[in-house]
Order: sequence, then C-alpha cells, then structure tokens
Amino acid sequence: MSNTSEVQRSVTQQVTRLLGVVVAMFVFAIWVLPPLYDVFCDITGLNGKTGGQYQAVNVVVDTSRQVRVQFLATNNEGMPWQFAPEMASIKVHPGEEVEVRYLATNPTGLTMTAQAIPSLVPFKAAEYFHKTECFCFNQQSLNAGESAELPLRFIVDQDIPKQVNTITLSYTLFDVTADIALAQSN
Amino acid sequence: MAHGPAKGITRWLYTTNHKDIGSMYLWFSLAMFLIGGVFALVIRAELFEPGLQIVDPEFFNQMTTMHGLIMVFGAVMPAFVGLANWMIPLMIGAPDMALPRMNNWSFWILPFAFCMLLSTLFMDGGAPNFGWTFYAPLSTTYAPPSVTFFIFAVHIMGASSIMGAINIVVTILNMRAPGMTMMKMPLFVWTWLITAYLLIAVMPVLAGVVTMMLMDINFGTSFFDAAGGGDPVLFQHVFWFFGHPEVYIMILPAFGIVSAIIPTFARKPLFGYASMVYATSSIAFLSFIVWAHHMFTVGMPVAGELFFMYATMLIAVPTGVKVFNWVSTMFRGSLTFETPMLFSIAFVILFTIGGLSGLMLSIAPADFQYHDTYFVVAHFHYVLVPGAIFSIMAGVYYWLPKWCGNMYNETMGKVHFWLAFIGLNLTFFPMHFVGLAGMPRRIPDYSLQFADFNMIASCGAFLFGAAQLLFVYNVVATIRSKHKATTEVWENPEGLEWTVPSPAPYHTFTVAPPIK
Repeated sequence: MSNTSEVQRSVTQQVTRLLGVVVAMFVFAIWVLPPLYDVFCDITGLNGKTGGQYQAVNVVVDTSRQVRVQFLATNNEGMPWQFAPEMASIKVHPGEEVEVRYLATNPTGLTMTAQAIPSLVPFKAAEYFHKTECFCFNQQSLNAGESAELPLRFIVDQDIPKQVNTITLSYTLFDVTADIALAQSN
Repeated sequence: MAHGPAKGITRWLYTTNHKDIGSMYLWFSLAMFLIGGVFALVIRAELFEPGLQIVDPEFFNQMTTMHGLIMVFGAVMPAFVGLANWMIPLMIGAPDMALPRMNNWSFWILPFAFCMLLSTLFMDGGAPNFGWTFYAPLSTTYAPPSVTFFIFAVHIMGASSIMGAINIVVTILNMRAPGMTMMKMPLFVWTWLITAYLLIAVMPVLAGVVTMMLMDINFGTSFFDAAGGGDPVLFQHVFWFFGHPEVYIMILPAFGIVSAIIPTFARKPLFGYASMVYATSSIAFLSFIVWAHHMFTVGMPVAGELFFMYATMLIAVPTGVKVFNWVSTMFRGSLTFETPMLFSIAFVILFTIGGLSGLMLSIAPADFQYHDTYFVVAHFHYVLVPGAIFSIMAGVYYWLPKWCGNMYNETMGKVHFWLAFIGLNLTFFPMHFVGLAGMPRRIPDYSLQFADFNMIASCGAFLFGAAQLLFVYNVVATIRSKHKATTEVWENPEGLEWTVPSPAPYHTFTVAPPIK
C-alpha cells in the first residue's frame, strides 16, 4: 500500500469489478429471475401453474379409480363478460382424454379480447394434469353481444398420486383489450 | 493544515471532504427522520381512537407508504452512510475516502430523489399508497399516476447507495494505514464492509424490480400481470430477494457502532472480536436465503416453507453470538452510564426483544396467524427503532464531541434517552398484543376491542416524537456550546479517531499514523 500508483491501480480494478457485480445483479433481476421462476413453477407446480399444450400418448386408461375434476370460473375485476363452465365437475378415469366446455358471452357493445389464466389445486397435482387443447393457450376475441363455447381437452395422468381424489381447476378471465392496443401502438 | 474549507455555499456543493459529506448525510437524514416522524404521527393520530377522524383512508395509506419509504431510504440508510463517511477514514488512518468526487455526487443526488418522492404528495391522485413494499398489482395496475415519480426516486436513491457502497469497499480495502490488517480493523469498519457488499448485491435487484414495474405500467410488458402470463407472486420473490438483505443493511452498521461504544464505557476490550466478524459475515450470507419467510402465506410447497423456516431460525445463532459478546463485554466491567452507553444498552435489550418476536414470526405455521397484523409492525419497529435509530443516536452522542469539538450536556442527553426509551416502549409494546389479537396493519380503522392499547401507543408515539425535538436541540446546543471536549473525549477509548484533536481538523492523517 506504499506506492500511490499501485493503490490507484488497485482502486480502479476494484471499482470496475464492483460495477460489474452491479450490472450483473441488475441483469439477473430482470432477465434471469423471472424465467427461472417460471421454470421453477413448471417443475414444482408452484402456484398451480399448469403446463402448455400436451401431446397425448397411448396409455392404458386406469378404470380402477376415478378422479373428480371441478371447474371454476372467475372474472377479474372490471371484466364484464359472462363466463362459466358448462358443468361444475366431472369424474374421469386417469389416462382418459375428456373434453369439457366453458361458455363466454360478451354483453357489451364493444369488441373485446380476453385471456384466461388457469390455476390448479392441489399444487402437487399440477404436473399430472395435461391439457391437449385449451382456450387459455390463446386470447379470445368476442364481438359485441357474441357468445362462444370455449373447449378444453385434458388427460389426468395415470401416475397421479393415490391420495389425490379431487382436482380443482380455476380460470380467471382478464380483459386484455387495452393491453393489446398499447402493445400495437408501441 | 494550511488548506482549509472553502467559504460559502460552494464549500458544501463542491466539497470532496469526507467530513463535510458525512455531515451533510447526517443533517439530511435528520431532516428525513423528522419528516418521516411527522407522517408516523399522522398515522398514530388517526389510530388514537377507533373510527375515522382526522384523515381519509386514502391519505392514511399514503402516510403508511411514505413513512416507510422515507424512514428506510431517507433516514436510516443515509445516516449510516454519513457515519461511515465521517468515521471510516478516521478509524483506518486514511486521509479521505478513496473516491472523493463520487462521494460528492452520491450525496447530492439524494435531495433530488427525496424532493421527487415528497412532491408526489401534492400530485393528482396523491402519493404512492401501496405500502413501502409496493406489491404488484397494487403498485402497477391500481397505482396512482405518481408511481412513475416513485420509481425514478427509487432509481436515484439506489444509484446513490451503490456509489456510496463502492466507495466504502474500495476505501477499506486500499486506504488502511500500513500495519492495519483486516483483523485489526474496528468492528464498525468490518460491519460496514459487509454491509457495503450487501448493498452492491441487492440495490441493483431493487432497481430491477422497479424497472419491471415501470415497463408493466408504461410499455405493455407483463412481468407481474397474470393476464399477460406474468405472476404477481414473482414480484414478492424479487422484492424480498432485495428486501431481506436490506433489513440487515439497516442493522449491521448498528452492530458496529454498539461494538465500539460498549467497550469504552465498560472499560474492557470487546469480548470475542473474531467471533463478531464471523457472526456478521454469517448473518450477511444467511440474509440471501431466507427471503420467502416474508411470504409464507402465498401458497408455497411444504418443503419451501420448511426450508425458509429453518434457514430463518438459523440466523438466531450468529445474532445470539453477538448479543452474548456484548453482554460478556459488560460483565464485570467498570460500567458508567453516559448517554451513548444508555442508548447502547437499550439497543442490546430491545433489539433482542425484536429478534425474539422475529423468531416467533419465523415459525411458518404460526406466521399464518401473525401475517400482516400489528405483531409484525411491533416486531420490525422493535428491531429498527431501538436497533437502527438508537444506535445512530448512540453514535452521534459518542462521536459528536469529536466532530464539533464541544461536549454535549450530559443531563440533556439522558433526558432525551429516557423520554425516547419510555415513548418507544409505550408505542410499540402494546402492538404485540393487538397484533396477536388480530388487528391488521395498514388499516385506518379498527375494532373497538383494540381501542385502549391503540390509545396508549398513540400517546407513546407523541412522547417519542417530542423527545426527538430535544435531540435536535441537544445537537444544536452542543455545536454552539463553549464546553470544549478533550482529544480523547472519553476515558481511554480505543481507536485512531481519538488520536486526532477535537474538533477533528479538516484534513487528518495526511501522513499515515503508526499502528501498534
């Protein structure tokens, strides 16, 4: 520490290194943490996040047991659509592919776009619940006064733990009309 | 020392002197402390009786938010940076900080950040009202328009903290007097070194989280918006990844201050110096892996709850080491109870109470009952007010004679201490009871059963507030006093800062002092 130019060099080096840490942590917060969190949720079923589209494989349907699947529909705040499942619940055999429908009506005088977000409990069942087709994979547009049947095809995995007898699948419908307009204007 | 300070306002605007900058930080944080305190008194006045009397609920929410933000970012953090600026060069025998110009900049952007934040109170839609933790979507979809000013204010104060922290690390690592090895450094220097690393690691994460909010609000991204595939719970994870180390940022320097004061007034060397260093490092490390204990109720898998519960409980071990070291330092010492010592002893006792309520909160199944109640408010005020604030006041009374060259009035100091001590306990102790009974935090009205305890808490808060006016008086009176302090100020205090005259000359240690 006696030589001034040596101290100066050491200071410059440390400042550069610490600034590097600052930039790295900023990048980590915005570009690494959110995707990492999504991967983590996919693996663990955390927050009841269900996966994307599933390719059905040939399996033996386990007719020895039945799992009850309950359907819920919620409108996010300010969402005026009528949104409800066709049936409140259904009993399925693990491995069997089932199709159910949700009904949506846009009672307003405007064309609107909606996005449904699924959530499933119990969380540990999330990885055993496969959707081969879901209206939640896409945004739904309805003209003024228009109604639609929204299809959902799913398979409950035959490996689902024995203690899971009931799965509750909930969809929350969000109004994304304004977000789309904003995204297009940018 | 022919080269003295410049005259007039430019001395303060252009200064690169660590003592000037330290003083400015301390005055700034005192101003913020008083403003944040007024906001707290608005809250307590409204909660004096059940029902809505003084402010409307919307404004009440703005007060809780602004009180938290101002106290955390405006009062506690700048006060610690101010103490670091003043004391670290004096303690390690350096002539100044390693990066004096950046030091000037890191201070002078702060007043702008807080003017911006405070100006939101006068804007359409009011100031931020979503709590100091600004959870999305409350702070994005449902936020008042002034949220953008809040975001930029956080960016600026983050930049200031990062620059301050880099400066402190580089100063400590390069500017020590020859012979001062790492394990000879005073603990205040050690705790600040570790704090500075924490700041460098997590302030960018805070900047990241507010940037994501900014993009969600203005540019149509969906980091925290479920409709676009984001997740509001992600906000809580990122925020608390910053937030938990942040709470240690606000307490580690306090450990350093108390570790300097207790040996002086116990007239014994600090017990367990090396274990203090290791305990501080362990606390800093653990602070990165416990963040989700703030969010036990979001619906985590049991394995997650257990991990965060046990990791949190583990922090009690190094913290206990510190508390026992302070107690052992006092054990069989020749104790005297000057004002800094009173504040330090109160720190040890009351911080331990706050730590133990933290241990209660760390029990995941019990936390479901305590979550978002006044018990949490009682807990973090017990660690922050007698923890951070009392240690800062202890530090001010301890070093003020060195800074201004005059001795403070001991009686006035003690009166300030006792009023603050009684006020603090009256304010926050009853909050434990109403919290356990289920009173939610951040609500302007409450059920009748909580009325008596809330009235006591409000009386205590006004007493505590009044005591701080006495503090301001004491500081100003000491600066104007004619009662000169000696070079050593106290009886055989340890440390290089007591080898320079009182008041400390504008330039000190231009020649490195010999280290024994």
